[in-house]
Amino acid sequence: MKRAAILIGLIGWAATAQADSLMPADPMADTQLSDPAKEAQAKALMENLRCVVCQGQSIADSDAELAGDMRAMVRRRIAAGEKPEAIRAWMVARYGDWISFRPPVEPLTWPLWAAPILFLLVGLWLARGRFRRRGR
Amino acid sequence: MIAEIGLAALWLAAALAALQFVFGAIALYQRDMTMLRGVRAVAVVQALLTATAFAALILVFLRTDLSVSLVAANSHVAKPWLYKFAGTWGNHEGSMLMWVTILALAGGAVALFERRLEDRTLIATLAAQATIGLGFYAFLLFASNPFDRLDPAPAQGNGLNPLLQDPGLAFHPPTLYVGYVGLSIAFSFAVGALVTRDVGAAFARAMRPWVLAAWIFLTLGITAGSYWAYYELGWGGWWFWDPVENASLMPWLAATALLHSVTVLATRDGLRAWTVMLAVVAFSMSMIGTFLVRSGILTSVHSFAVDPRRGAFILALLAIYIGGALALFALRVGTVREGSRFDMVSREGSLVANNLLLSAILGIVLIGTLYPLGIEALTGGKLSVGPPYFNAAAGPLALILVVVMAAGPLLRWRRDELRALARRLAVPAIVAVLALVIVLAVLPRAHLLPSLGLILAAGVAVASVAPLWKRNLRRTPLFTWGMVIAHLGIAVSLAGMASESAFTQETLVAARPGEVHGVGPFAVRFEGVEPVAGPNWTALEATLTATRGTGAPMEMRPQARAFWAPPTETNEAAIRTLWDGQLYTVLGKQAEDGRWQLRLWWKPFVTLIWAGGALVAIGGALSLLGRLLRDRRAAQRGKEWWE
Repeated sequence: MKRAAILIGLIGWAATAQADSLMPADPMADTQLSDPAKEAQAKALMENLRCVVCQGQSIADSDAELAGDMRAMVRRRIAAGEKPEAIRAWMVARYGDWISFRPPVEPLTWPLWAAPILFLLVGLWLARGRFRRRGR
Repeated sequence: MIAEIGLAALWLAAALAALQFVFGAIALYQRDMTMLRGVRAVAVVQALLTATAFAALILVFLRTDLSVSLVAANSHVAKPWLYKFAGTWGNHEGSMLMWVTILALAGGAVALFERRLEDRTLIATLAAQATIGLGFYAFLLFASNPFDRLDPAPAQGNGLNPLLQDPGLAFHPPTLYVGYVGLSIAFSFAVGALVTRDVGAAFARAMRPWVLAAWIFLTLGITAGSYWAYYELGWGGWWFWDPVENASLMPWLAATALLHSVTVLATRDGLRAWTVMLAVVAFSMSMIGTFLVRSGILTSVHSFAVDPRRGAFILALLAIYIGGALALFALRVGTVREGSRFDMVSREGSLVANNLLLSAILGIVLIGTLYPLGIEALTGGKLSVGPPYFNAAAGPLALILVVVMAAGPLLRWRRDELRALARRLAVPAIVAVLALVIVLAVLPRAHLLPSLGLILAAGVAVASVAPLWKRNLRRTPLFTWGMVIAHLGIAVSLAGMASESAFTQETLVAARPGEVHGVGPFAVRFEGVEPVAGPNWTALEATLTATRGTGAPMEMRPQARAFWAPPTETNEAAIRTLWDGQLYTVLGKQAEDGRWQLRLWWKPFVTLIWAGGALVAIGGALSLLGRLLRDRRAAQRGKEWWE
């Protein structure tokens, strides 16, 4: 009997700890869209948006409530027919470049985007002396 | 008392590291090789003392001695003993002490077991290892003392981050650190050989087993860490391009390149300067990784227990060691002749391509990880570099690398013919074309990268075992088996990644008890939610019954856990491994209307990702064993095998 009382007390505590705020979670946060193509679009976008409170994680794989709200918003807008890129642009306008895991292409990030080609070219240039001519 | 013993041992070890450096320098300066025995002995005793300090810290944690402030801040009496034990390194100071312990043990192991390196180079190597040690001892003793006392001792500790309260903590960090810090040996070998101008084939043969050993642990550590994140974070992701993951990937990329270039140096005496450079780069990446993780400069899921002030200290150490090694390299590179040249189409040529691609990928990961920091420092702006960049920039190079990996072992040393290579690759190519047809039939709308991954994995798997074709398998050397298995492991892992990405099925539902929901080929019945209690947590546990077709029902029990020290919630996913994939279930929150949020995934062949990683490590281990056995036999015959 006593054990049951402790258990019930603990459950009550656990249940309150589960809900971070008084607002109910948006059901769209974890409900797939009925159109699989649109859900795939939404999913792809969610994986590339950064969770604002947990950092380092995308909103697609975060338990944070705010991430859930953002997932719900992405799904609603995709369902309403908005293009993923338009939603991303809206997010960037609102939260800054930081929100998108895909860095923008602008003068400040040209070195970043050019890096793969540059590294390969430098590597080829370094390696050129290692080979001998064929057919002697 | 135990803490004081630990601290004293650490100070003594630091003093011995200084002695080791001074002895080594004198021996080199006076060309007095009789001091080698002394230097060896000092290195071994230094390792024992550091190990004593680490053991003392473990003991303090096991006893939950709350008068030690590190224990008070990171432990709790009501914690299972495994997490008291593993909690020793689940914090900044403890993990740095483990780092230094492995550094000293690595130096001690070289002192005890290295017999092939020339005496002068060995002394220089041990002196270099002591120099690295000195800096990190200073960091521990002056900026991160794990043995600080707290007076008065608190009645209770703060507890360990519950995300870390997992058996993974006992395995993942030590394995990864052995790999990370084991690369210090390669660094010290390179510095030693530069000092004594001894870069050549014999040096490469001496260095290779050490690099291989560190690389095996690094591979295991990364694989284990990926699986840990996969099951612990509860969203089914297995790689996030998180800066801390990148910090472990970068040394692995460098070490993998080094492993291949050192083979060229050992077998054909080519790529001398490049191999030395890679040895320096590999451990530099370990140190940069330590800096990124330990300085708190990153905001990432892994950054617990961080302190920006310490960053400056590690940054200074980085600048001194990497800068010093590169300066030495620049000074001596003129005296390192490049060694023999070779044809473009040859085993060496393919290994150069391997190094080129691995280095480019390393560069991409490095610049992508550091870019946001640089932008923030220069302009104050914040931006994120995440999966879209890394996949787009590094993905294609990785696929090309896999093709090179398929072709390389089928090429002869020195020179070969393209036409002959094409003949040898005919069967793998046919398999890849068959895979292409199947992929097009099954997945007409799949994304490009996963489809390419599946096709290449099929072809490369066949190509990787091709070196055994028509060989007497009993007489095939163990290290050839090792290479074949490691390359096969890459193909297996690639297949798992591509399959996970192409075929994963997801179902997110709010369910009432009694409802049945489908995911992939499974029907999952939600039986209900019950409370359960663990040693230091309570949880809500769902009972799910999953059935596939007419198969037997499988019961799965995902939990939503609430820890009370510190108060945190975690998801314990219930994962069922079947021969063809994993069913992954998570219990979410309860909605207003009483329904429970369930997350269900069916991930076909996802386990191949880590099975492949394990194969790579096993291949490495076989290769290492093969080299060591051959050395021993050669030593018994009284001469080296290549003579």
